[in-house]
Amino acid sequence: MPLLEMNGIAMRFGAIEALAGVDFTLEAGKITGLMGDNGAGKSTLVKIIAGNFPPSEGEVKLEGKPVHFHKPVDARAAGIEVVYQDLAICNNLTASANVFLGREEMHGIWPVRILNEWKMSARARELFAELKSETRPDDVVRQMSGGQRQAVAIARTHLSKAKIVLMDEPTAAISVRQVAEVLELLKRLRDQGMAVVLISHRMPDVFAVADQIVVLRRGHKVADKPIVQSSPEEVTGLITGAIRAA
Amino acid sequence: MSTQHAPAIDGEFARPRPTLWQKIIAKQAFWVTLAVIIIPIVMTFVEPTFSGAFFKEDNFFNTTRNFAFIAIMALGQVAVMITGGIDLAVGSTLAVCGIVLGLLMESGYSFWTAALACIITGILIGAVNGYLIAYWRLSPFVVTLGMLSIGRSLALAISNNKFFHRFGPDRDLLIEIGGGKTFGIANPVIVLIILALIMGFIFKYTRYGRHLYAIGGNEHASQLSGVPVDVLKLSVYVLSSFMTAISAILMVGWLGSVTNGIGIGYELRVIASTVIGGVNLLGGEGGAYAVVVGAALIEIIRNSLLLAGVDPYWQGTFVGMFIIFAVLLERVRGRKVG
Repeated sequence: MPLLEMNGIAMRFGAIEALAGVDFTLEAGKITGLMGDNGAGKSTLVKIIAGNFPPSEGEVKLEGKPVHFHKPVDARAAGIEVVYQDLAICNNLTASANVFLGREEMHGIWPVRILNEWKMSARARELFAELKSETRPDDVVRQMSGGQRQAVAIARTHLSKAKIVLMDEPTAAISVRQVAEVLELLKRLRDQGMAVVLISHRMPDVFAVADQIVVLRRGHKVADKPIVQSSPEEVTGLITGAIRAA
Repeated sequence: MSTQHAPAIDGEFARPRPTLWQKIIAKQAFWVTLAVIIIPIVMTFVEPTFSGAFFKEDNFFNTTRNFAFIAIMALGQVAVMITGGIDLAVGSTLAVCGIVLGLLMESGYSFWTAALACIITGILIGAVNGYLIAYWRLSPFVVTLGMLSIGRSLALAISNNKFFHRFGPDRDLLIEIGGGKTFGIANPVIVLIILALIMGFIFKYTRYGRHLYAIGGNEHASQLSGVPVDVLKLSVYVLSSFMTAISAILMVGWLGSVTNGIGIGYELRVIASTVIGGVNLLGGEGGAYAVVVGAALIEIIRNSLLLAGVDPYWQGTFVGMFIIFAVLLERVRGRKVG
């Protein structure tokens, strides 16, 4: 049984049809590369999975059960984590505060419930160690490098044992050396049994780590196959429309 | 276990950890505190007749009390500013709340009933501001600017341009609460200390406080993380108006009278206190201690100039220079700590 199953997904914004009849499945322990040109519907698909809005048509099943997410928090509670392209982190807070934002550890008795900084910091330190990142939990994010920020955003998905991690262009804003490390990290998430979706414009990155490739074009799915059966040339053709479908 | 050093995804050598001392000197509140201590001492040497005056009990009592009213309002304002907003309506809110208090007491209601009505009035004004800002997504600057005008006009209309000073049966209690002292400290100062401790605790140790900073840092990210952004934004405007209502009760008690002209221009003094304390107008930074010393510094500058015999017309110039200097200092700090 697939972990996530989406059938006949359509999404319309007024007269604009962002997605039409898309089927999409995710399996545990696999990295799916999601590719397509700007406006192909990648972001819309990801936003539906992440619970930003429900689809106009079609059903979403998580572990065989239909789900209806209305807010990102709903999706997160169900084990779906997103790393946004802009990382969605607060520069004025510490790494640990960002990791625990909205899920703070507290102690004390009501009404005097206070933040358990010590516990959050210790847990964040463990997460960064798992990610082999030198990020220090008590440092303020404003002072960090691009890679460290990425580590903070990824550590956040690790806090609860997520089932699905959606990565929106994780390699777009970091140095070449750091790209290799982020890709290693994706493999590590996969080996822990998570379903990883990699949304990227960078063909080499996708071919380096993905198990499955899905290509969207103008709101339609034009390819969905194991990456070993495809090639960068074919994918380029699919993205641009030179190849109708594969 | 491999002992080999694993490459970090950050890939950079981490910066050296700042020491406690570096952390302290990076805080604007530290420099303001220093100024608050040093200015009176320096003035003592510069102006021989001054030494007696400043540290005299009377003057110390007056100075601390004078800034308490502004500092209490600033404790609410800073919550708004941490979220990246601004509340320009506090001066007018002070007037509406003060007039409600005066009117009800003069009509024979007890102090407690009138004070409760005053606080509820404040909460309602804050709720209107907060609702329009959080749920209708209007600009805080414009909404509270509108409320500044509405509030002043309401104060005129409710008071019918009358002057309240008799305050009915509980007059003595009101005058005692605002103008009296406990253990030699002016009552408004005691209220300020209690509220500052509570707000400091909330900002630093509670989830509510943490979320306010998160909203100021990145509102969208906070929303995605499940922070109830709208409710919290509403709450800070209510908090600001609540603090203003408390300040109104104390101030009316101290003045012994209230007119609809009370609190004109106070929004600027309150915001100046926060800016001098190092609160960032863009949100995400600030604290209770910072705004209290910020308010204290303004009052000390005014008081020092007065005692030194400087023409009071020049007070505004000096205070203004300190505000600009505070922003300049912030930029210098920003460069150092990144």
